[in-house]
Amino acid sequence: MSTRKLVDARGSFCPGPLMELIAAMKAAQVGEELEVLSTDKGSAHDIPEWINKVKHEHIETREEEGVWHVVVRKAK
Amino acid sequence: MSNRISVMVISGSRERLQMAAMVASVGAVSGNEVHVFLSMNALTYFVKSVAEEPPVEGPVGTLLAQKKVPPFRELFANAVDLGDAKIYPCSMAMDVLALEQKDLEDFIGEPMGLTKFLDEASTGQVWSF
Repeated sequence: MSTRKLVDARGSFCPGPLMELIAAMKAAQVGEELEVLSTDKGSAHDIPEWINKVKHEHIETREEEGVWHVVVRKAK
Repeated sequence: MSNRISVMVISGSRERLQMAAMVASVGAVSGNEVHVFLSMNALTYFVKSVAEEPPVEGPVGTLLAQKKVPPFRELFANAVDLGDAKIYPCSMAMDVLALEQKDLEDFIGEPMGLTKFLDEASTGQVWSF
């Protein structure tokens, strides 16, 4: 199993985590998984909305000790 | 589905510049065709030699400056780099401020007149700040 690319956007506010994820997505290969870390609750809800809108694959969103982990697979 | 989003920005306040940049960047990276028209006091904050930050309207603007919120210029650059947005300076404001293209941030496109922008904004969503 390939390792996930980590995007550490902790401390940044909306839409910073989304922009950091998208910049990393541009550089990623199709099929690759990325995990964005965010302390911004709004981004934790907004990033999956973006993933679904642009038709990538939302793997999961979970919270661990005040940090949201959103995992996405680049689908195209 | 692709949609056109036209954003007219004339305010030189931090809150309005920030919200305009958020709409432009998130709109552009979500597959929309985004056009931004910068005029009036807003344009002065896209001049390379202007180091001053825009004044705030209220408490949220002060917090924006204190917290790790992505700066509005960076978000407009994201809109262009990550979402192919087009950002046009108003040709009238360029004349009034005696500005040339080279005076503006690198992510700003060629000057545009209001007639052309209104034509571009004739379909889709239109936002103003």
